[in-house]
Amino acid sequence: MRISGWGNYPVIDSSVDSPLSPTQVEHCMLAGFNGIARGMGRSYGDSSLSSHVISGLSLHHLLDFDNETGVLRCQAGVTLADILDLFVPRGWFLPVTPGTKFVSVGGAIASDVHGKNHHIDGSFCEHITELDLMLADGRIERCSATHNRELFHATCGGMGLTGIILSAGIRLKPITSSYIDEVTLKAPDLTAIIEMFEQYLSSTYSVAWIDCAARGKRMGRSLLMLGEHAIDAPLRNATPHNRSLPFNMPEHTLNRYSIKAFNSVYYHRKFFARQQRRIHYDPYFYPLDGVLHWNRLYGKKGFTQYQFVLPQESSAEGMRQVLERIVSAGRGSPLAVLKSFGRENDNFLSFPRQGLQLALDFKINDGVFEFLNDLDSIVLDHGGRLYLTKDARMSEAMFKQSYPRWQQFMDVRTRYGADKVFNSLQSKRLGI
Amino acid sequence: MQRVMIIGATSAIAEATARVYAKRGDALALLARNQERLQSMAEDLKIRGANKVLTRVIDVNDTENHTTSLDGTIAELDGVDVVLIAHGTLPDQRACEADISLTLNEFATNATSTIALLTHLANHFEQQGKGQIAVISSVAGDRGRQSNYVYGAAKGALTIFLQGLRNRLAPKGVQVLTIKPGFVDTPMTAEFKKGLLWAQPEQIAKGIVKGIDKRKDVVYLPFFWRYIMIIIRSIPERIFKKLKL
Repeated sequence: MRISGWGNYPVIDSSVDSPLSPTQVEHCMLAGFNGIARGMGRSYGDSSLSSHVISGLSLHHLLDFDNETGVLRCQAGVTLADILDLFVPRGWFLPVTPGTKFVSVGGAIASDVHGKNHHIDGSFCEHITELDLMLADGRIERCSATHNRELFHATCGGMGLTGIILSAGIRLKPITSSYIDEVTLKAPDLTAIIEMFEQYLSSTYSVAWIDCAARGKRMGRSLLMLGEHAIDAPLRNATPHNRSLPFNMPEHTLNRYSIKAFNSVYYHRKFFARQQRRIHYDPYFYPLDGVLHWNRLYGKKGFTQYQFVLPQESSAEGMRQVLERIVSAGRGSPLAVLKSFGRENDNFLSFPRQGLQLALDFKINDGVFEFLNDLDSIVLDHGGRLYLTKDARMSEAMFKQSYPRWQQFMDVRTRYGADKVFNSLQSKRLGI
Repeated sequence: MQRVMIIGATSAIAEATARVYAKRGDALALLARNQERLQSMAEDLKIRGANKVLTRVIDVNDTENHTTSLDGTIAELDGVDVVLIAHGTLPDQRACEADISLTLNEFATNATSTIALLTHLANHFEQQGKGQIAVISSVAGDRGRQSNYVYGAAKGALTIFLQGLRNRLAPKGVQVLTIKPGFVDTPMTAEFKKGLLWAQPEQIAKGIVKGIDKRKDVVYLPFFWRYIMIIIRSIPERIFKKLKL
């Protein structure tokens, strides 16, 4: 069947197995499986693509829940949406959540996803108590931050390249309400937003939307959105959404003029310098999940997301250069997300590191790859790197320079025989 | 609390339906072939709120053992209020055309085995004078088409059987529900290209439970298949036979 990542680029033909039990996954391994595991297909590029894939979505059972500690053990095909539906009314929340709840637990581990609380709570895998991994030879190995450490740190953020994640334990966090108290602050330019991230370091959640079409004095103008779990509000589930983009939009729906207009309206809709409101966690964390298949907005050719992080010391200067390059090329992005990360963790290929990160969407069209190559050199010059989960086009050289622990990662893969069995289009492109 | 028995429980639609009942705190008995899958499904449904979950391995084509399996399950569940029969396969039509025994086996799995189960269950429900029997048939049973008439014939036979059974059990206070899903995105249909008409198992599950709760006779899921099938059925045979459907 035809499969692709969320960016609808690239699209390939693949044969997909959907095992119903760990034993059936083992049968796939013993029958000579060669390829990659796939969950909800929400990585953007080619991380979950290969001519043969194992879909983990039928392994979607909860295995155990401890009411005292909040540790949920579940199979890897369980989605974050499913966990929220069931556990929010019982007073538990995800310790870390990305910008969509339509990802599987296995995918969240393989990408070591991060969220708006990275500066305080780190990334998803820092809340994994242990995980069960099926190795290339069909054996199941349990690993954690204290047991089989190297395998654990290679698997967390390891893009599925060490084996098939079967199940994991997640430490949920207690909440007393399903609402978030949100404060939105206006930052008139890049210097201001960087200072504000510093100033509000103790906020549980913080993220900024940046107008990357603004130029001159207004360059980097942003809305900083801070959030805290509301204490005195009800525990209530999200209401199901049913809006969906039913088909691909015409290729020119998003152009430099519509994007500029959108950004301007979005920035000015917040009239006051500071606004406060209480909103349900669902629109707060997952605004785009409200429109299913929003990726079709970018048309049939698809899009790519360019997400990079720059180390603390060079972020201001590097970010300025990137924004200047975007403005001069006239390639804005309607939803650009800026975030200040906390410290780096021990996983070999995890993306976050202390500093500033920016995520931008670009439609696939003429010249976009040359343009992104230009951005690559700015990112590299400032010691930054790209998020593998969003990537569809980075060069091997750039990857190996910006992820210095890739060799250690390869050593672990080789030791467990994973290098000859687990691979994706991305891993082949990156030379791992 | 309802006591719900599900046969073919590990199918995607059945499992999604079981989750709806689990969330309500009902008691469930799950019957299917794959022991390992049944076990982990049972644990899952308990965490989701099911009052209790029993499992039993069953081969639906082994009709000799039906009575023992069904009676044993009903006893263990302490009676039964709702039965959902959900097992099925999607035959490879082309392969069936070249193989008599494959055709008959597929027919057995999709029609005869269900008729056998229903024959025994019907007597139990008739005797207790209440309860609900829901069976997954298919829109494919509404008209024979060259692309899957082995499956269509089996589901068609099942639909007619259920009509008769409904007629027999209605005066006794037992509901018989014929469920006719259209295209559903499940492992059974993994190889198909999905378009606008496709539904998720969770959607179908909601429709099934609603159909049972409202004591309906026949439900098309999603609803628009009722109208699609009215059109398909109304095409005259002399035209229909020339169509590539």
